[in-house]
Amino acid sequence: MTGEKGAEVVLRLDRITKRFGALTANDGVSLTLRRGEVVALLGENGAGKTTLMNILFGHYVADEGSVEVFGQPLPPGNPRAALAAGVGMVHQHFTLAGNLTVLDNIRLGTEGLWSRSDAGAREKVERLSRDFGLAVHPDAKVGRLSVGERQRVEILKALYRDARVLILDEPTAVLTPQESEALFATLRKATGLGLSVIFISHKLHEVMAIADRCVVLRHGRVVGEVDTHATDKAALAALMVGGELSLPRAEARAAGAVLMRIAGVSTPNRGASPGLKMVTLELRAGQITGLAGVSGNGQAALAEIVGGLARPAEGRLSLHGQEPKVWTPGEALARGVARIPEDRHHQGSIADFDLTENAVLEGYRTRFSRRGWMNWRAARAFAEGIIKGYDVRCPGPSTRIRLLSGGNMQKLILGRAMAVGPDIILANQPVRGLDVGAIAYVQSQLIAARDRGAAVLLISEDLDEIMGLSDIIHVMSQGRLSPGFARGTMTAAELGLWMAGQKFEGAHAA
Amino acid sequence: MSEIVDILISASFWAAVIRIASPLILATMGELICERAGVLNLGIEGIMVIGAFTGWMAVYQGMPLWGGVAVAMAAGMLFGLLHSTLTVPFGLSQHVVGLGVTLFATASASFAYRLMLPEVTSPPKIEPFQPLDIPVLSDLPWLGEALFSQTALTWAAFAVAGLVAFTLYRTPLGLAVRAVGENPAAVEAQGLSVTGLRIGAVMVGSGLMAVGGAFLTLSAFSSFFFEMVNGRGWICVALVVFGAWKPGKAVLGAILFAAFDALQIRLQQTELGAVLPYQLFLALPFILSILALILMSRRAEVPAALMVPYNKGER
Repeated sequence: MTGEKGAEVVLRLDRITKRFGALTANDGVSLTLRRGEVVALLGENGAGKTTLMNILFGHYVADEGSVEVFGQPLPPGNPRAALAAGVGMVHQHFTLAGNLTVLDNIRLGTEGLWSRSDAGAREKVERLSRDFGLAVHPDAKVGRLSVGERQRVEILKALYRDARVLILDEPTAVLTPQESEALFATLRKATGLGLSVIFISHKLHEVMAIADRCVVLRHGRVVGEVDTHATDKAALAALMVGGELSLPRAEARAAGAVLMRIAGVSTPNRGASPGLKMVTLELRAGQITGLAGVSGNGQAALAEIVGGLARPAEGRLSLHGQEPKVWTPGEALARGVARIPEDRHHQGSIADFDLTENAVLEGYRTRFSRRGWMNWRAARAFAEGIIKGYDVRCPGPSTRIRLLSGGNMQKLILGRAMAVGPDIILANQPVRGLDVGAIAYVQSQLIAARDRGAAVLLISEDLDEIMGLSDIIHVMSQGRLSPGFARGTMTAAELGLWMAGQKFEGAHAA
Repeated sequence: MSEIVDILISASFWAAVIRIASPLILATMGELICERAGVLNLGIEGIMVIGAFTGWMAVYQGMPLWGGVAVAMAAGMLFGLLHSTLTVPFGLSQHVVGLGVTLFATASASFAYRLMLPEVTSPPKIEPFQPLDIPVLSDLPWLGEALFSQTALTWAAFAVAGLVAFTLYRTPLGLAVRAVGENPAAVEAQGLSVTGLRIGAVMVGSGLMAVGGAFLTLSAFSSFFFEMVNGRGWICVALVVFGAWKPGKAVLGAILFAAFDALQIRLQQTELGAVLPYQLFLALPFILSILALILMSRRAEVPAALMVPYNKGER
C-alpha cells in the first residue's frame, strides 16, 4: 500500500469546476493518483467529494477542467468511457438490482446484448473473490444480501471489469467496525497488486488507518494535501472544518426516575429487517440512553413503539409506572414524548408546506385550532419563535421547507419537538447528514434537555456520537438488545463485537 | 353441475379457450416487457385498437395476412415511440401519458376508418387466418380439435411468450431490461443507456400489443368494428400483475381468464341462463379474475423502479 513518490501517475484531475445553480460544488479541484496508492478524499458533508467523483466517473459533466487516466484524456459525461479506461466506482448508494443474482449484477453491461456467454464469467468472479478476500455466493439474490455483502458485490463488479483505479464513496458508512477491517484488508491486497484507490470518507481514524495521502476538501476547494504519516487526526479535523473542532461531550450525571419502561417486547420480523426479540429497556429522567447498532437491526421497530406508531405485539410498555390504555402517536405527544424522526424529509416534514405549517404539524388539532378553525396567527408566532430560538436560517416563516438545508430543517424539527417541554425525547439519527456546526447545535440541545430532567433515547449508527453523548449505551443486533453499559466502560471495538452479534451468544450461554 | 362438467370436457370449449387467450397472451407479453423495463404502458387499450384497425385495413387494401400483422406491429411501435418519448426522456407521468395514448390511438383509428371508408355502413370483411391442418396431430380424437385446430397467429402468440421468457432470462439484453426496471442507476453505472433500453422495450412491447389487437381482426373475427377490443387491454395490465411479472405465469393467467370467459358464454345457454340475468355471467370472468389476482399477487416482486422516471445526474 505504499505508493512511492516516483510511481506512475494513473489518474490526474485538473482544475475541475462544477456549479449547480448558485452553488459551486467543486472549485478548481486538482488531484493526482499514483500506482499502488490509497488517496483519501476527506471533507464534511457537502464539501464536494461525491460531486468530484461523479464527474470523474462521468455521471456529471464538469463546467471546467479535465480528467486524464493513464495519460489519456477522458471524454466528459460518459460512464462507459470511464469503465473502459479502468476506473471502477463503488457508489455510496449501491447501484445494484435487487431482483438479480450476484453474478447477473456483475455481468450486466459487460457483454453484447444478444450474445450468450455465460461461460467464464462464474469462474472469473470466483477467482476474484478468492484473490481479494471478497466472499459472496454468485447465485445469491442481491435483494437478500446484507449491506456488507452488497458492498463486496460492488467491488467485485469493478474488479470484474479489470478496474485499475477503484473509487470508494464513503464505503464504511454502512459497515460494522469488523466489516470495515475486512474491507481494509481487501484494499491492501488490491494496492499490493498494483491497483490505486480513492477513498472518500469523513471518518478520520479510517483515513489515518488506510490512506497514504490525504486531500482535504472544504466548500468545494482543496484546502490541504498531506501525507498521513506526517499528520494526525486533530490537524486533519482542523483542516476539514476550518478551525478547531469542538463537539459537545456530555458530562456524567446521576439519573432520575424511570419515565418509560419497555419490558419483554417482541415484534414480528418485517421483510429482511428483524423484529424485536424480548427487548427490555428503561428510559430514566436526566439521562441520555444511547442505542448503537448498524441500521436495520430493529431500531425502527423500537422507535415506533416509543413514539406511539405501534403497540408492542408482545410484552409491556409503561409510562411513569402505568400502562397506557391507548398508545397512538397523538397519545404519545399528549403524554410528553417528543420525536425527532429518523428521516426528516419523509417522516419529519412535508416538503411543500411552509415553515409555519410544518411547525404546527404536531399540534394543529390541539394547540393551534379552536372549534375546527385554525388559529394561523398563533401558528405563525410559534414558527417565528422557533426560527429565532433555534437559529433556523431562512427567509421567513412562509418559506417552503424543501428550500432549507438539512441542518436548518432539523433545527425547526428540533424546535417543534422541544417547544412542549417533553419528558421523553426520541432522537432517531438526529444529526445524520448534517454539517459540523449543525451537529454541535443539535447535540448541545439534547444535552440541555437532559440537564433539565428529560429522558433522551438517542439512536445512531455513529459510535463516536453514541459514546460522546450517552450516559448509558445499549447495542442492538438482529432485534436483540444488549445490557446497558455505563459511560466509559466500553471501547468502540467491544461495542463493535456486540453490533456484529457475536457477544450475544456468549451472554446467553453465561 | 353435470352441465358444467359436460362443458369442461368438450373439445370445442378448450379450442375456444386457446383462441380467446391468444390476443391476451400477445398483449400481456407486450405490457410485461414495458413494465419489466420500468414503464407502465396504459396506452395498451388504444394500441390494441390501432393494431386491430391497421392490420385489418392493410389486408383489406390487398396485402397478405402476414403483411397485415407487420403493419400492425409497426403502427404499435410508432405509438410506443410516442409513449416512451414522453415518459422516458421527458419523465412525464406514466398514467397521464398512457391514458392519453389510449384516447389518441382509439380516436385515430375511428378517424382513419371514416376517412378511408366514408360511405360504408357495415364494415367489409376480409379472408382471415384459417386453422392450420397439422398432419397426425389434428386428426387425434379429442386433442386434435381442442389443441391442434388453431390458426398460425395463435401458434405465434405462444411462440412469442417463449421468446420473451428466453430473452428476459437467458440473454444479456434481458438482463439489462430487468435491471433497468429494478435500479436504473445500476444500468447507468455499467455504461448502458437507460433511455435507450426503456424506449426500445416500450416500442417492442407496444408492437406486441398491436399484434394482439390485430389477432382480433385477422384471426378471430374477419372485420373491424369499434369497441371490439372492449377492455382486453386493461385485462392484460391486470394479467401482468397476476403473473407476478413472469412470462410463464402470465400465460397461465391469460388461459385462466379465457377459460372463465368461454365458460360464461356456454353457461348462458344452460338452464341457469334462463334463471339468472345474463349480466351476471358477463361479470363472472372478472370476478373470478379479481379473486385469483388477490391470491396470486400477494408475494409478487414488483419491479422496484416501475413508474419512476430516471433523470441522469439528478441529486
